[in-house]
Amino acid sequence: MTAETIATAQATAAASHPYNEVVPGAVLEATKTGLVVSPDRIVELARYLRDEQGYDYCSMVTSIDWPQYFEVVYYLYGAATPKDALVLRVRLTDKANPVMPSLTSVWRGADFQEREVYDLMGVRFEGHPNLRRILLWEGFEGHPLRKDYKEPYFEEESKPFKSRHPDGAHQWAEDRVPWKDNVSYPVGWDPDLWRSPEVQYRRIMGVDEATGNGDGLRTERILVNMGPQHPSTHGVFRMVIAVEGENVVGLEPEMGYLHRCHEKIGERNTYIMNIAFTDRLDYVSSMSNNLGYVLAVEKLMGLQVPERAEYIRVIMAELTRIISHLIAVGFLFNDLGAYFTPALYGMRERELILDLFEAAAGSRMMCNYMRFGGVMADLPAGWVERARNLVWNRLPKVMEDFENLLSGNEIFQSRTHGVGVLTAAEAINYSMSGPMLRASGVPYDVRRAEPYSIYDRFEFDVCSRPEGDVWARFRVRMDEIYQSLRILKQALDGLPEGPIMPPGKKQYQVRVPAGEAYARIEGPKGELGFFVVSDGKPNPYRYHVRAPTFINLTSLEKMTLGHKIADAVVILGAVDIVLGEVDR
Amino acid sequence: MGLEERLPDEGVVTTTLEQAVNWGRKFSLFPLTFGLACCAIEQITSGVSRFDISRFGSEVFRASPRQADLMIVSGRVSNKMAPVIKRLYDQMLEPKWVIAMGICASAGGPFNNYAIIQGVDKIIPVDVYTPGCPPRPEALFYAITLLQQKIQKDKFRDRAYGRQLAAEAARGQA
Ligand code: SF4
Repeated sequence: MTAETIATAQATAAASHPYNEVVPGAVLEATKTGLVVSPDRIVELARYLRDEQGYDYCSMVTSIDWPQYFEVVYYLYGAATPKDALVLRVRLTDKANPVMPSLTSVWRGADFQEREVYDLMGVRFEGHPNLRRILLWEGFEGHPLRKDYKEPYFEEESKPFKSRHPDGAHQWAEDRVPWKDNVSYPVGWDPDLWRSPEVQYRRIMGVDEATGNGDGLRTERILVNMGPQHPSTHGVFRMVIAVEGENVVGLEPEMGYLHRCHEKIGERNTYIMNIAFTDRLDYVSSMSNNLGYVLAVEKLMGLQVPERAEYIRVIMAELTRIISHLIAVGFLFNDLGAYFTPALYGMRERELILDLFEAAAGSRMMCNYMRFGGVMADLPAGWVERARNLVWNRLPKVMEDFENLLSGNEIFQSRTHGVGVLTAAEAINYSMSGPMLRASGVPYDVRRAEPYSIYDRFEFDVCSRPEGDVWARFRVRMDEIYQSLRILKQALDGLPEGPIMPPGKKQYQVRVPAGEAYARIEGPKGELGFFVVSDGKPNPYRYHVRAPTFINLTSLEKMTLGHKIADAVVILGAVDIVLGEVDR
Repeated sequence: MGLEERLPDEGVVTTTLEQAVNWGRKFSLFPLTFGLACCAIEQITSGVSRFDISRFGSEVFRASPRQADLMIVSGRVSNKMAPVIKRLYDQMLEPKWVIAMGICASAGGPFNNYAIIQGVDKIIPVDVYTPGCPPRPEALFYAITLLQQKIQKDKFRDRAYGRQLAAEAARGQA
């Protein structure tokens, strides 16, 4: 929790809270972890906070299932002028039918996140423009993140399971549990009678047939399905596009094809087991995911990380950023028709960095390298020299190649300039983060706005571009690689000797005091946040991931409207999604 | 070099049609461009210059299931995705093969909950299972070579069209 919020919490009793003078009765209670807000007044308060107080950036929305009530949590920041976190908490005591007003009218970025809360926790948001399931499929029964939801393969509340090998022999989970079958439908719901497009996509198909497109030509609106198996959706992502001729007039992203409920699994695992699962979120940048998660838990545990470990963490995180951006740029060109050549160039360099990861962590992709309080293993002999060679000699040359081959390319220029524009105000309102936000002219970088680890010691520039189009997104990513190289040079020069874990015995079962922590880092794809609520048990009570690419997709429709359908592919490519993270 | 040097003067080799066709098939597998999760990244990596999947004759990834004969299921299969995978498999033409890449596709992997199908073999037949999380590209190549051995032993009459032909022949005799 930030100093400011704690200060406000202690200084003011709820009734005389300054916000209550403007919006009477809004703040019910000022706690250590944020303001408890009345659901009836929250929209008014939110509008006031956005317009008058500078909290223009709704970063994260999540929910907690407490025994007495559901709690919906909003994390607000300032993006235009950086501000510390302000946390709004809404307590819904009617557990049978939790309803609260939607904040999408204030921050569009809350759109997908509220849908996720509805989908997984079952809180209804009144006034939400499109409140339907987002990660699970239509016809799924129940809300899995509720504590009373029992999964088909349910064994025990938490791991490690005692029941796994009762008499030394393996048993199928399905054979033992009463829930057995994986799918159950709501009462009265019949998959055969269900008509998908009319029900689901009425929003984008809603058109008056008689009027046509306005210039006298009558065109019919057609629904085009891209994905889930499509070479340019970067995985199993589906775009439902309504087109008139070639023009996009409506778009709905459909995700969840890779959903495995990371959060539910995380709430059954012990804290340390989760590190391995974070690898599989954004699977091209496992090191950053590790870092975000251990930072959150370290906040709760109050651990001090040794110097050397901090440096190693920064080095790993920046190498990861380079990998991720190389892949993003490569695959953007792939989408534009440069079939695989640039991507292969990027992958070639990635291999060299993966070799470094493998030498340090033992695994190429799923590194599972960070631990609470430090890192898993020290760097092997010769590692630093190899890294130095890469950072000083090889990668700058590669970047030169990239610039020569790609940046000036005429087709690329004409396909990307002015395509998918988001203005600065829109980008903030849609909760964009990472390169997407900075390409719209908002120089907001968590490494600067709220430095974590030891980022305050390094010199680097926050890259931003004013244009807000696909070209700017490409450029920001390229520039960030240079800045990462700059940080890497400083970190490799400054890498001290010393221990890599705090003193004491190695622990496999960490004791995390009760409390709540939110740690966010500037991941390669945007602001990656981990929200952990502990009740003192070996497993987190609530565990939520703010997935940057999931939230960046909120603006996909906004960016694509009015463009040709071929541009939709390019715009999606520039968002740089990874489905493991989008679907969680 | 190779086979033609050892040919007798007439240049004639005798083999069974089955052998010859299988020999051709096994060295020109066309995988489907189809990535599910993390394993898909290693599947792409197997195509880069360092690993080079084309050494095994299966580098031509096809985006349309109609043109592909090998499906590499590279990742976890969720209940939401399962009908799509089934449809893709049905759309592929015979003969077709499936490699389950990674522990997720083989048996559900670390995700044992409501959303994930515990192994893709619950919905489509699998020829080769590849352990690993993710399997390295080398492991995928090993799976491909195993599949090639399997294809070499493929019996026409065991396939659907073989059974159909046999049934027709039997009907003709009767
Ligand atoms: S096997 Fe491992 S790497 Fe492959 S999809 Fe599953 S979790 Fe990802």
